Amino acid sequence: MPPGVIATMVALLGAAIITILGARFAVDGDFAAHMWIFTAGFVAGIVWLMRRYASGAPADDRETYANDVVRAGVIASMFWGLAGFLVGVVIALQLAFPDLLYFPDLPFTNFGRLRPLHTSAVIFAFGGNVLIATSFYVVQRTSKARLFGGLLPWFVFWGYQLFIVVAATGYLMGVTQGREYAEPEWYADLWLTIVWVCYLLVFVGTLWKRKEPHIYVANWFYLAFIVTIALLHIVNNMAVPVSFLGVKSVSAFSGVQDALTQWWYGHNAVGFFLTAGFLAIMYYFVPKRAERPVYSYRLSIVHFWSLIFIYIWAGPHHLHYTALPEWAQTLGMTFSIMLWMPSWGGMINGLMTLSGAWDKLRTDPVLRMLVVSVAFYGMSTFEGPVMSVKAVNALSHYTDWTIGHVHSGALGWVGYVSFGAIYCLVPWLWKRERLYSLKLVEWHFWISTIGILFYITSMWISGIMQGLMWRAYNEFGFLSYSFVETVEAMHPYYIIRALGGALFLIGALIMVYNLWRTARGDLRAEAGNTPLVPAAAE
Amino acid sequence: MTYQDASEFARSWGLVFLMLMFGVAVVYALWPSNRQKFTKAAHMPLDEEPEL
Amino acid sequence: MWNHGTLERNSIALIVCILLTVSVGGLIEIAPLFYLENTIEKVKGMRPYSPLELAGRNIYIREGCYNCHSQQVRPLRDEVERYGHYSLAAESMYDHPFQWGSKRSGPDLARVGGKYSDEWQRNHLIDPRSVVPESIMPPYANLARNELHVPDIKALLEANAMVGVPYTDEMIANAAADLMAQADENSDGAADVAARYPKAQVRDFDGDPKRVTEMDALVAYLQMLGTLVDFSTYEPNSKDNIR
Repeated sequence: MPPGVIATMVALLGAAIITILGARFAVDGDFAAHMWIFTAGFVAGIVWLMRRYASGAPADDRETYANDVVRAGVIASMFWGLAGFLVGVVIALQLAFPDLLYFPDLPFTNFGRLRPLHTSAVIFAFGGNVLIATSFYVVQRTSKARLFGGLLPWFVFWGYQLFIVVAATGYLMGVTQGREYAEPEWYADLWLTIVWVCYLLVFVGTLWKRKEPHIYVANWFYLAFIVTIALLHIVNNMAVPVSFLGVKSVSAFSGVQDALTQWWYGHNAVGFFLTAGFLAIMYYFVPKRAERPVYSYRLSIVHFWSLIFIYIWAGPHHLHYTALPEWAQTLGMTFSIMLWMPSWGGMINGLMTLSGAWDKLRTDPVLRMLVVSVAFYGMSTFEGPVMSVKAVNALSHYTDWTIGHVHSGALGWVGYVSFGAIYCLVPWLWKRERLYSLKLVEWHFWISTIGILFYITSMWISGIMQGLMWRAYNEFGFLSYSFVETVEAMHPYYIIRALGGALFLIGALIMVYNLWRTARGDLRAEAGNTPLVPAAAE
Repeated sequence: MTYQDASEFARSWGLVFLMLMFGVAVVYALWPSNRQKFTKAAHMPLDEEPEL
Repeated sequence: MWNHGTLERNSIALIVCILLTVSVGGLIEIAPLFYLENTIEKVKGMRPYSPLELAGRNIYIREGCYNCHSQQVRPLRDEVERYGHYSLAAESMYDHPFQWGSKRSGPDLARVGGKYSDEWQRNHLIDPRSVVPESIMPPYANLARNELHVPDIKALLEANAMVGVPYTDEMIANAAADLMAQADENSDGAADVAARYPKAQVRDFDGDPKRVTEMDALVAYLQMLGTLVDFSTYEPNSKDNIR
């Protein structure tokens, strides 16, 4: 067994001992439970290493590129994706049929605990794994170098899964900081910080080893994503633990400062996690699949710098008309409107890459998925600046319109660009000639597209309707509707929304089946792929 | 320092800094002698050796 | 001489430039809030949460109430009429973390304190649809059954004091006693709680005088929301309060 592997196992053993002690002396049961989960994770790591290196180094360690860790990332992405979509459908149904899926004696089934589970599962578990897997794949190919750090990429992968498990079980137990999209408590945040620094190290280390003088633009976007998320994560999670042996912590900032820090984080999690990271995917996979270079490399440079510069200012638009000082709101609104330009610059760059190859959209549903994702990116980055205008925000804020907006970006842009990339990756990684079935990709595409349309149109209607009902006055100058009357009016739209989410989930299930058959090496005989019968001569 | 000073600063020098940054990026991107380099860079994903 | 070509070849330079670029916005926007006097209005009546209210607030956070309820009334005509005076920055100055929320699947709670009786709150939390048939809120029946258990209330107050909440030594020393005393108007410490925390409501909130439950804590928290600031002395148009 290589000495590095043995050293890693010793380190894992040490970590396991520390967490066992943490569990033993914990001041609350939740902390003890989490320490046991950490222990289990470290022990599983030792077992995994023993099995992988039982008979010398595996073949993957000697190949030009590390592929096993990318394969693992693809599998983890789809696993967490299905879990996250499923929880999304469940909580959508809870709002549509509150008597059906609430259990008074099972507090972990309540919406307030499941909603963070859904958001974290889709953003950080699904999205995060897609980003880690694709970035590992892309940086190796565009650098012509193997991943840096020996076992370090594996530590990043498994460490990140451990973070997900700790975060998710925490939500169910009610362990939360109460900050949207930054719910995990202090010790989970510390663990993620360690994993993330290793991620940066692997990525930059691979860039150092590269055999190309130029760093391809996709890697810039990945780098901005990794570096900025580290900064946002550390600043937003600054907190004082009540006890170093308990779950609870108290945030370093309070009130208005805390609100702006949180939404500076929250908005840039959208900007750098869900946008910059996935734009990196666009800049690699769209040209690759279309077999054409990106439309304008110059535009991509302008796109990059203007996007990262402007995004970071836009956070205050989440706090319009609140107790946040007026000047900060105005600044946030101004930059949010300006953000429209780089966003559309990027969209045009992605779409125009297809110029001269538009016919491929008809025959290749994977490319179509990638292109439609860019179109959704354009749509939601147009809608976003509109909603950041204070007059519009006065109506849209606190309503389902925001939820619809988020999902047009999340399902349409992030979801589709990820699906497209994974449909490309699986045949490449498992060394298959092609996907098992393009027909099934067609089915996936149409079913989930209908799902997305159901979702976002129902949320537009219910959001705008509720916003208008809240501010409606009757002829005597009184408010027309009580709050609960506006809730009642949402009912049909909540059913349509749940239906849309279910269709999206069904599409993903079809995808998993298709990928599984592809990985197994099956090829479905389909017209256009493999002509079964040679065309008869006329 | 009052909030007026801070917002003044952001609106004046902040804006100038932003414009400058943007200018540098645009000039660089459009600089004629860089054209060839970019064309080569844009082909990077397509120039990979097949791994099969 | 610096040029963009350096960036393309040097990953460390690229990282430094990215960090500089993304730091500017955050620094200019967020940093001033911490030292500008005008960020938080001058008001009378704000005080730190009492131990029972703080414990209730932690249950509010634990159950994820912020996912559906905002605590921030905007200065718009309909909101002020529906919920009350718009929220001031001062009202959340002791909130670690803030709970302004971002979605109203249920109504705003910034000023829910005193709007309903304890009994209504209790019944509504145990079975929301028994009180409001069209409600889509989850039931929290277990709160009334769970004894209130705070691992170390004194340490909780100390942690809050460390990040700037003005808890006095006396408040911290008496935290454990105050936690229980506030849930019983006949207890020995009832008067002390009211003296230490002005406007604190001292009574049995959960309708079960024999026990102090999570319901006691949560209802105590809900019943004080938005009740502290004395708006009769607040001058929105004074020079100090214009932001």
